[in-house]
Amino acid sequence: MPKPSDSILPTLLDRHHKRLLEDWFIQQQGTGAAVATGDDAETRAHSVRFLTELRKGLASGELDGIEGAGWSGMREVLDDISRAQALKGFSPSQTAGFVFSLREPLFGLLRREVGDETSRLAEEMLMVALLLDRLVLYTTEVFQKSREDVITRQQQELLELSTPVVRLWEGIVAVPLIGTLDSNRTQIVMENLLQQIVTTGAQIAIIDITGVPTVDTLVAQHLLKTVAAARLMGADCIISGIRPQIAQTIVHLGVELSVTSKASLAGAFELALRRLGKTVVDRAPAKPVAE
Amino acid sequence: MEQIPILMVGDCLLVSIQVDMHDQLAMALQDSLMTKIVETGARGVMIDISALQFVDSFIGRLFSNIASMARVLDAATVVVGMQPAVAITLVELGMTLSGVKTALNVDRGLALIRRMIAVEDGRGRREA
Repeated sequence: MPKPSDSILPTLLDRHHKRLLEDWFIQQQGTGAAVATGDDAETRAHSVRFLTELRKGLASGELDGIEGAGWSGMREVLDDISRAQALKGFSPSQTAGFVFSLREPLFGLLRREVGDETSRLAEEMLMVALLLDRLVLYTTEVFQKSREDVITRQQQELLELSTPVVRLWEGIVAVPLIGTLDSNRTQIVMENLLQQIVTTGAQIAIIDITGVPTVDTLVAQHLLKTVAAARLMGADCIISGIRPQIAQTIVHLGVELSVTSKASLAGAFELALRRLGKTVVDRAPAKPVAE
Repeated sequence: MEQIPILMVGDCLLVSIQVDMHDQLAMALQDSLMTKIVETGARGVMIDISALQFVDSFIGRLFSNIASMARVLDAATVVVGMQPAVAITLVELGMTLSGVKTALNVDRGLALIRRMIAVEDGRGRREA
């Protein structure tokens, strides 16, 4: 490994900045890295920033890793690029390709400049290769992290979206459940439901599982937990929206739901009204208006 | 030692737990509550826990026990005003208090006790 002072790379970068940039653009067009970003001007801007920071990093002399202060600017550039790529939905290889496509122009530059000193060339090339590998690794890591952030945020949004508690009538609330119930969601449903029982003073809570694709023992257990918690708050629960297949599954699994259940939300609502001593009646047909 | 007051409202005993329950206090409450039921011949016991923020399995069992004991003494027990967090904790602890009646607030609790007493009396008449 050449010492920083030995490496001619910083000098070369300074001297051949323009040429290198042009070579890189051609390379990017070839590998599709430029197409990947979808915007030529943006790629150019990124490339210029990248090269500038590469010079700064090399000048700092920290060639063993890119964690040091000398590379902080470079890390920022890579953060920006990777994050933007991740949010736009590009693949990790397209993102890494942006950095990798610099390899050939750099090697070409080295070959032109120190091509006659074989051992020198080998050393410089090794250094460049190692450095680029580190940069790509870092890019991929940031890319991955940004994608994970997106997923986490979407999960959070999904949770918020999918657990509303609606007030159907004085003293009656309903929770239409959509999607599979896991312990995370059960917790949120439970909290929302109990809070709503307190605010509305509801006596009856209808849990509608029309939108729950499957009910296995675990989901049933989660449902029963919610029912038990609501009961502790002094509210009765009715489970509604049990589809024929689900009824069969529940019995086959030997799950005992031990709670009032109705096939449809309408049926559950009717039962709830009856329990509260209310009835729904047909209104007498309106008299024809005299002309 | 601090004590939880037991109030007589009509033929019901009202207990409002306003402090954090520790085990000794809980046992003392159970003890004095039973004594009071026998003394007054109360038909209902209402335990208001709306100010209670924390429960453990011991307190959870206490409610079950009080309900069972009061039933032996012919008094209906209703636990009222449980906080959502407390309800979730009890369920997570696996304590659904299936033998205990619950209501949202004191008002509803009182109505529930009235209904329970009426049912109990009706059954007594039929058997007689």
